[in-house]
Amino acid sequence: MRVLLVDDEEELVSTLAERLSYREINADWVTSGLAALEMAKNYKYDIAVLDVKMPGISGFELKKSLQNKHPAMKYIFLTGHGSEDDFKTGAEEAGAEYYLVKPVNIDSLIKKMNEVIGL
Amino acid sequence: MTEPDNNTPEAQENKQAYSVGRLQDLNLKKVWMLSFILTSVIAIGPLIFFALMDYNLSRKSVESEVVLRTSRFTSNTWRSIAFFIDERKMVLDFIARDNSFADLNDTERLAEIFNNLKKGISGLVDLGLINSSGVHTAYIGPYQLKHKDYRNQLWFKETVRQGKYISDVFTGYRKAPHMVIAVKHMLPDGSFFILRASLEHRLNNMLSEINASGIGDSFIINKEGLLQTQSKYFGDIFNKIAMPVPGYSDKTEVIEAKISGVPFFIGYKYIPDTSFILIVVKQKAKLMESWQETRNTLIEYLAMSITVILLWTLGMTTYMVRRIRIADQQRVKSLHMVEYSNKMASIGRLAAGIAHEINNPLAIINEKAGLINDMFTFRKEYKENPRLIKTVNSIITSVERCARITRRLLSFARHMHGDIQPVNIKKLIREVLDFMEKEAEYRSIEIVLEISDKIPEFKSDRGKLQQILLNLINNALSAMNDGGKLELIAQLKDSENVSIVCKDNGIGISKDNLKQIFDCFFSTKTGSGGTGLGLSITYNLVQEIGGTIEVQSEERKGTEFTIILPLNKYR
Repeated sequence: MRVLLVDDEEELVSTLAERLSYREINADWVTSGLAALEMAKNYKYDIAVLDVKMPGISGFELKKSLQNKHPAMKYIFLTGHGSEDDFKTGAEEAGAEYYLVKPVNIDSLIKKMNEVIGL
Repeated sequence: MTEPDNNTPEAQENKQAYSVGRLQDLNLKKVWMLSFILTSVIAIGPLIFFALMDYNLSRKSVESEVVLRTSRFTSNTWRSIAFFIDERKMVLDFIARDNSFADLNDTERLAEIFNNLKKGISGLVDLGLINSSGVHTAYIGPYQLKHKDYRNQLWFKETVRQGKYISDVFTGYRKAPHMVIAVKHMLPDGSFFILRASLEHRLNNMLSEINASGIGDSFIINKEGLLQTQSKYFGDIFNKIAMPVPGYSDKTEVIEAKISGVPFFIGYKYIPDTSFILIVVKQKAKLMESWQETRNTLIEYLAMSITVILLWTLGMTTYMVRRIRIADQQRVKSLHMVEYSNKMASIGRLAAGIAHEINNPLAIINEKAGLINDMFTFRKEYKENPRLIKTVNSIITSVERCARITRRLLSFARHMHGDIQPVNIKKLIREVLDFMEKEAEYRSIEIVLEISDKIPEFKSDRGKLQQILLNLINNALSAMNDGGKLELIAQLKDSENVSIVCKDNGIGISKDNLKQIFDCFFSTKTGSGGTGLGLSITYNLVQEIGGTIEVQSEERKGTEFTIILPLNKYR
């Protein structure tokens, strides 16, 4: 499984990637939507784990852009907000199942990723 | 127990709200008074005005009617009297024309005439002939008047001047009242003679008859005001009347005068060729009797109308002012509800903001701690140190605690605006209690939950329900001392409703306060910063989601709030 992590908090996203690698999951990380699109051009990812609120392009917009180019990719959304509107939109976009509130439990995340792939 | 602080922002706000309420109250009393007085005046004013106008109009109408009748009566009476006097004068006139001086001078002839005359004219006392020198040359009658010289007497001079003379009444033969009529007859040679007759005073009898049949007093006076006939009010003949002699007029006049303070109508007419004035006196009050009745009816009607108007105005004004007061209270209540909602909304937003801010650093701590753990678990170059692992785990545990708190806060904030969702009552109550957990623990308050599993998930306004429960639990906790017990019992009341009971064993509510417990502004915590809004808002919220709320309490034993909610309000 190859995973792309996108979150504007570098500390968070880099550490998450390292922890995933301990668990034999191949994870690349970027801190912006643009970088994500670049990476996706060069490498093939199974899952993208996206932070919803980022400066510049939002998680949902990023998903739309990625979907056009890489229709086979699956998505999981992370957020620290949990506001009403975000939740509703997120639930529409990815299904309430694949919308997680930070801080996440790493094992829960891995479980969700397996589920998404399994689909 | 700390002293209640009267200067907290909540206390200040409450004082303000309360004083605004009071101010309204005072103004309303003024409004009531003004409204009542003005309306009454405006309604009653014209009524009185028109009543007065009608009063005056009726009175004047009746008065003029009375005056007319008095005038007519006076005229009629006058006619009888004038005719009576005229009749006698004409008879003498005829005799004077019909007979020569010589005839009349003949005592026998004169006696014959006298006797014939007596048959027609009752009361004839004497008859005499007077020559142009003023000497009584012939006389028939009881007095010794033959040869008497009247040359210088007033009556003689008058008769010569006017051609006729009618005397005032005087005490005559046998002390009875008499009058004298004299006529002058001109002779072809330029001289004249005078025929003179004395008469018993019959006018008295005439007027007595008239008086007896009426309600007034008719009498005759002379120009000096001396009575010539008997008067009911003014006494016997020859008395001076107790009122001024009315002024000359050739017509019947009716005047109003007060005699000894009593108002009278006085009709009078001068009798020509005499010094008589016919006077008819009638008491005003008696004449206006019919008007009295009308007047009394009018006054009764006026009194009744005024009473009805006043009562009605009183009723209406009081009712209206009461409605205004109620509407105003509603308005204030609504304002406070809105204020409260706004407050809650901003708290919600604040909470959401804080939660977000905290979540990111928390996530970082979480991952870093996790990484440290991983380094010791996955990498064998670091020796597994149990103490290190324990320390890291406690960091992770603390993060989980923070996460739970922020999640709860977000969940609470998320449901602020009326969203109808399926509600699991057990979960909801547990969520709300989570907030209170720490406080309860510090104060050793036991919390007992009895939530029936039979209660289905039902649609309701989650946010409102949360607030209701929060308010009730808050109140319960403040009512209790440390070491108290809070019970939350939820069960199905029937197939349509669920009941939620919040029971504490705290200070309780007195019977008097119980009646007002849900009222706006009522609070027993005003001194310590309570706004008195909590329970009234709770009440409103319960109503809004279709439920009912009741309270039972006993002082020093505890309080029990029961909420009944419909399961099927929102389908």
